[in-house]
Amino acid sequence: MSKRKAYYAGKVKRAVHMLFFRRHKNPGVKGWELRRSLGSDYPKVLSILDEHLKALDLQVKTVFEDEKTPENPTLEQLDRAKFYVTLRGELTPKEAKMVGWRIDDLAGLAITISYILSKGGKAPRKEVEELLNEKLPGWRVGLNIDRYIRYGYLAQDGNEQLYLDWRTRAEVDLKALMALLLGAESESKSPNKVE
Amino acid sequence: MQPRREQIGIGREKLQRIIELCKDVEEHSLDPFTVDVNEIIQIIREYFPAWEKPEDLCLDAEAINRLASVIKLQTDWVRHRSTSLYADPSLLQEKIRTAGKEELLNLFLKAWHPIVELEQITLNSLSEALRYWAALSPLKERWKDFPSPEFEAAPTSRNELVSQKILGEKAFTEELESLWKELKDAVRLRGVDGKISYWDFVGAETYEETAHRAFMVSFLVTYGYATLEVRPFEEKIYIKPFEKPLRRALKRQLVSVPIVVSREEWEKWRRDRTS
Repeated sequence: MSKRKAYYAGKVKRAVHMLFFRRHKNPGVKGWELRRSLGSDYPKVLSILDEHLKALDLQVKTVFEDEKTPENPTLEQLDRAKFYVTLRGELTPKEAKMVGWRIDDLAGLAITISYILSKGGKAPRKEVEELLNEKLPGWRVGLNIDRYIRYGYLAQDGNEQLYLDWRTRAEVDLKALMALLLGAESESKSPNKVE
Repeated sequence: MQPRREQIGIGREKLQRIIELCKDVEEHSLDPFTVDVNEIIQIIREYFPAWEKPEDLCLDAEAINRLASVIKLQTDWVRHRSTSLYADPSLLQEKIRTAGKEELLNLFLKAWHPIVELEQITLNSLSEALRYWAALSPLKERWKDFPSPEFEAAPTSRNELVSQKILGEKAFTEELESLWKELKDAVRLRGVDGKISYWDFVGAETYEETAHRAFMVSFLVTYGYATLEVRPFEEKIYIKPFEKPLRRALKRQLVSVPIVVSREEWEKWRRDRTS
């Protein structure tokens, strides 16, 4: 192994340890933490790691502080961003059950996120509850919303307004979700693929 | 005059309504375009010359500030609509209603990439934890009981308690009664109509002693040993002792009489006495 390769192999290992094992209350590592541990070339280390993870259907996900993802992020923007390892592809409904989610709860999360998104990033909790009530039993609605808040998908302020929180930004491709939902009508005419 | 006052009243009410409307839009995420900014600016401009009092100007400033927040919300709204993340909420609600739960789930799964993390103990962390455990002293050693200090019990004298300020030189009631007796004697010797000037009784050679006597006199009055006679027009206060303490005094509605016993007052009293 060349010196250069060995140099990056060691750093990639360290990056794996930092990204896979939770270091704080919430998962994810800040850019400045990676810089301190891996050196200033940590973006390069992460791109090598991302290449390795491709084969495992995983990816290194960067979530920037601002909602918009910059095309050519500066080092400063990267330092303030948070890095996660997420699934690169998709889970099947069966697999989703295996990771601890009931179909109802996950569908409720999908509805909640898309509704908040369509309202410009915040929506009154009451409206979301009314929407969920159409397809979920009333006693589960409040519990589910509280659970989404606990997991970090949603945040709620003092005025009972719901917002999208850190986990939604890290895990959900919001553009893709909106596009899929708006195209759902045509898809719904095709046979249901749920197993 | 009347129409102007009326105009100010109407103006205030309108500003309050504007503030409430803007607050509602901000807090309950109502459509920011329900606020007609031009109309509101016209109203604010119309009433501005009438404002003279600071509170009216503050109200005017708050209305402008709230309106600025609504304009910001309108800007955000336009910006959001121009992005690919915008979808008409009513259209989306309709889609959500018509689509089945499983269909929605399938759509969501296509956009959901959950975070991967491990919860696993490693050999390295285990061995480190063992090393720490081995080096850790037992609780008994870490939380050793401190030996309790040994005291020798011995009787103490009243003088020692007085010197340590635990006891006063005289017991309180004893001191109060002796002051009462002194007051009665003073009234007999120097008083007129069974009373004596407050300052003539309270005043002493030092200011500290005067303050102490004033403090004790306040208890004499409160506990019904004496009463005060205040003559506001003459700016004089007299103190009048009772032959027997009035037991009912405490049950009655008590009135507080503030008396300034400042160093200046005391010096003035001393000057008057010597002259």
